Amino acid sequence: MHHVLVDQWSQGSSPLHARDPRAKLLVLVTFLVALATTAGNAFPTLAVDAALLAAGALIAGLPLGRLLLRAMAILPFSVTFGIISWLAGEHLRAIALVEKSYLSTVAVLLLVGTTPLPRLLSGLEALGTPRLLVLLAQFLYRYLFVISEQAQHLRLAAACREGSSGAHRHGKFRAAAGALAVLFARSYYRAEGIHQAMLARAFTGRFSPLNPLRFGPADGFFTAVIGAMLILARIQ
Amino acid sequence: MHIPDNFLSTPVWAALDAVSIPAVGLMVRRASRELEDTRIPLLGVMGAFVFAAQMINFPVGPGTSGHLVGGALLACTLGPAPAVLVMTTIIAIQAFVFQDGGVLALGANVFNMAVAGVVAGYWPFQVWGATRRRAAIFMGGFLSVMVSGSLALAELLISGVAMPRVLVFTSLGLFAVNALIEGAITISVVQALEKLNPGFVQKPESSNGRVLAVLGSSGVLLGVAGFLLASTAPDGIQRLGRNLGLTSKAAFATPLADYSVGYFQSGWLRKATAGLAGLLLIYGLCAAGARMIARRRSA
Amino acid sequence: MTPLIEVRDLRFQYEDGTQALDGINFTLHAGETVALFGANGSGKTTFVLQLNGILQGQGSVTVCGLPVTKDNLATVRSKIGMVFQDSDEQLFMPTVLEDVAFGPLNQGLTSQQAIEKAIAALKQARMEHAANKAPYHLSAGEKRKVALAGVLAMDPEILVLDEPTTFLDPPAQRNLVHLLSELPQAKLIVTHNTRFAGALAQRAVFFERGKLVADGTVQEIVQRFDWTYSALAPEDLRYLAQRRL
Ligand SMILES: Nc1ncnc2c1ncn2[C@@H]1O[C@H](COP(=O)(O)OP(=O)(O)OP(=O)(O)O)[C@@H](O)[C@H]1O
Ligand SMILES: [Mg+2]
Repeated sequence: MHHVLVDQWSQGSSPLHARDPRAKLLVLVTFLVALATTAGNAFPTLAVDAALLAAGALIAGLPLGRLLLRAMAILPFSVTFGIISWLAGEHLRAIALVEKSYLSTVAVLLLVGTTPLPRLLSGLEALGTPRLLVLLAQFLYRYLFVISEQAQHLRLAAACREGSSGAHRHGKFRAAAGALAVLFARSYYRAEGIHQAMLARAFTGRFSPLNPLRFGPADGFFTAVIGAMLILARIQ
Repeated sequence: MHIPDNFLSTPVWAALDAVSIPAVGLMVRRASRELEDTRIPLLGVMGAFVFAAQMINFPVGPGTSGHLVGGALLACTLGPAPAVLVMTTIIAIQAFVFQDGGVLALGANVFNMAVAGVVAGYWPFQVWGATRRRAAIFMGGFLSVMVSGSLALAELLISGVAMPRVLVFTSLGLFAVNALIEGAITISVVQALEKLNPGFVQKPESSNGRVLAVLGSSGVLLGVAGFLLASTAPDGIQRLGRNLGLTSKAAFATPLADYSVGYFQSGWLRKATAGLAGLLLIYGLCAAGARMIARRRSA
Repeated sequence: MTPLIEVRDLRFQYEDGTQALDGINFTLHAGETVALFGANGSGKTTFVLQLNGILQGQGSVTVCGLPVTKDNLATVRSKIGMVFQDSDEQLFMPTVLEDVAFGPLNQGLTSQQAIEKAIAALKQARMEHAANKAPYHLSAGEKRKVALAGVLAMDPEILVLDEPTTFLDPPAQRNLVHLLSELPQAKLIVTHNTRFAGALAQRAVFFERGKLVADGTVQEIVQRFDWTYSALAPEDLRYLAQRRL
């Protein structure tokens, strides 16, 4: 699965990987807000933003080409709307839509490519996200691959039984519903098993975090400097 | 439909962030009252299930197929508040890990799909679940997709994204088709689930009270309003957006600067203040909302 | 000396009416390794889940002299380390280290102490190199070893392993045998793998439809129930021979 790629990137070590997730999240939001309020033809500002992203990717040791390629997933959507705006005579908006949504996507990729999801979630929690949602996300991500694999198997099994006759759309629909129900039930019982395993290791209903985050001077410096650069570039 | 960043104008995404945070916070409170910590793994795994369910295709027409979106199914099985949380988490993971949907637009997407979509998807089940079960579940699936789609479209229009009439109608038509498919998928999966274990599906009458009924009907109403506005008067909605100052200018100038306090003479000082104030405002809102909820939760 | 585990006339019925355990008597002494055999669905997993109170039936279960009741659950669960059939269900935390530290943290250790425990346990299971990996990046054998480490980090007095060899290839199975034989704890091993059981256990018990029907040496039990993999029963061989004619 391709998203494992980002996961691998995030395991690296670089000054950017080492930053506290809160610092990176704050900088990301600053970046996104600055970009969202930048005019589509404010090319110097956009150039600074793009340069900051490229520098970030280089410092983090991420493969720039593949990063840019992955961010292109946004293009079908944004180019469609860009064309529509262009045809409606709003050329500037069309350009802005495409270039800005692309830069935003690269920025998000840079964050998740340098921050393992568990740390990102700790950062979000420290910034005020309710613990319930954070834990939910943690379990979701952990079992995403496990359940997806089961879905894959069910799909294969269904395809094998289907045979070559392309008839009976209704029957196939029912079969797909049955497969989903089975997947649901398995997920449900798996959750039960997980819960049992948690109890067996003396779980009492409260998760205790292991690695407390540390927002050091380097993180403050990073946030302040990059944030200031973004804001200065924005208002020039 | 996941709206990426830079499609919505600043007032629109900021407002929806400000709406979604307390809404999700309320659901967190509700859910933590209803369920013990022991159900957290269940909710997480169910989120993974909805993700994985997209791999299973439902044949609908020659050469076309649909897949489960999940809001209504989750609401009927886990209950509405947990379903909102699961969908919120899914949308957040899609935005961060898969870059599907924007980060600033997270509030908009959560509002459309997790809050309004789930609440509207549960509403018929709560009202008619006991008497006209099949129809109610089908309608729940239909409404959840239709409401979120219409809302997204209305938000894009109000942000000033230029869309010719034809396109608006085509989009609405597509949403309607997808919504019908979702209804059909939801009801057939629910029936299959009941055969496996009747306990999987909630009892509609066991659900909780008036707040949800009100929320549900307002979700549906909002969706209907979005639908009507978008379908009858796409030009009108854009004019409305312009008049209210919600539309971003063609050049995407910062709206905050336009509103910014007039007594700053220097242009850049004014702009800088506006930019910073905007940032602080948004972060402050998020943090305050979350704190408040966290405090109430532990109280 | 009090036995580590003592089970008297244990009965258990699932909600749907399945009588999964039907009057079980069982004792495990310190230092012993016992293999638990039985057909699929004979109640093995149900039985081990009673030992730490995840499921509770009628009859009595005592662990290290403590009856398994609500008040004692926390202590009992620290004494019994349970490795489950499905490692994916057991490894639920985002990284290996966090997962192994989960138990110690629940036992009330500080995060520094928990990390130390976790690293020591990972070393014992020879998995310290994977501390920062995500569980889904591990192979089946590595997952099993990490699951074992997660249990060892809690300093249990008894190890209960439910089907520890499933999904493991022969080298990984041998690896696990070595690892387990080095551990001083008393062990109860649920398995279909008689070779694996023979390498570790002296005693074996046999479950049939919720009843413990035999208790003896591993060899005796295997012979008596013809509990080996490859060999077909004599009547099967006869049947096949006839078909070939
Ligand atoms: N949650 C449950 N609800 C109802 N019946 C159950 C449940 N879990 C197990 N059973 C039934 O209880 C009986 C014993 O199951 P158990 O899982 O203990 O068997 P087992 O000996 O571990 O089998 P295996 O070798 O396949 O792991 C079986 O008949 C099974 O169908
Ligand atoms: Mg079993």
